[in-house]
Amino acid sequence: MKLDCKHVWGYISDYIDDSVDPAVREDIERHLEHCEICSAILDSTRNILILTADERTFEVPVGFSEKLHRRLEEEMKEERTPDEK
Amino acid sequence: MRALTAPICAMTKAKPNEAETIARILAGEKELFHDLIRPYERMVYLTVFSLLKNETEAEDAAQIAIINAYRHLGSFRLDAKFSTWLVTIAMNEARQKLRRDKRAALESIEETVEEGTGDYTPAFLTDWREIPLEALERKELREALQKAVTELPDLYRQVFSLRDLQEFSIQETAEALNMKPGLVKVRLRRARIMLQRKLVPFLQKTPPAHRGWFGGAR
Repeated sequence: MKLDCKHVWGYISDYIDDSVDPAVREDIERHLEHCEICSAILDSTRNILILTADERTFEVPVGFSEKLHRRLEEEMKEERTPDEK
Repeated sequence: MRALTAPICAMTKAKPNEAETIARILAGEKELFHDLIRPYERMVYLTVFSLLKNETEAEDAAQIAIINAYRHLGSFRLDAKFSTWLVTIAMNEARQKLRRDKRAALESIEETVEEGTGDYTPAFLTDWREIPLEALERKELREALQKAVTELPDLYRQVFSLRDLQEFSIQETAEALNMKPGLVKVRLRRARIMLQRKLVPFLQKTPPAHRGWFGGAR
């Protein structure tokens, strides 16, 4: 099936997740071969996802872990063992 | 700060020794909880942050959630995934906080409006070239992305945060949010397009220093 750009945009997210049917995937790839607009949309979306998963983009506040384990330590002193309910 | 290499395996299948560690904690070796929780700290923090959108509040809520997980470890079923169980506790804690602060009602109005009216057409890029990885390192781009994610409507941000930030699978995201995988996909599609639209201007601003590497004019 020949896909137009609008159809391809609808599939870009699933395409990145590799969750489109093989036949549709082929159609998308055929479209991407000659469509610079859709290729650019796909690349830019992918780049955003790479950056999102990079741990430096969304960081845990400095000292979070230390504070957490101190708090846990206090909790452990108060309670003998976690409850079994 | 952790380096960019292996992302945290938030959803690694129940590790064989994890069940054993949990059993030992419940039997009295409570100190082992420190080691059990370490790989999941970031996941819990990001989960509550995706709902609270405030660093200080998220830090506190994440700590409370983890302490709750410790207190109720006995109710964890060993056939479940520890990560999914933890995420559920983290979400409950964040939602309770929103309710306590009476912010929940406001959020749901925002969501109803956004569900049907968003613009889901991606932004076009003119003169697009594969951007060098170095360009992705720019602080300005990271900050724009942080802001754009925080500004996503709640419905989309929750799905996006689990799937793309914490790298859960579609199925795992659906389980954690108690929704069908189909709905996860729909919301993810919209969230990604919204972000693409917002970030394209930053992605296209490749600094001139990065051009002409391959023999082109300087």
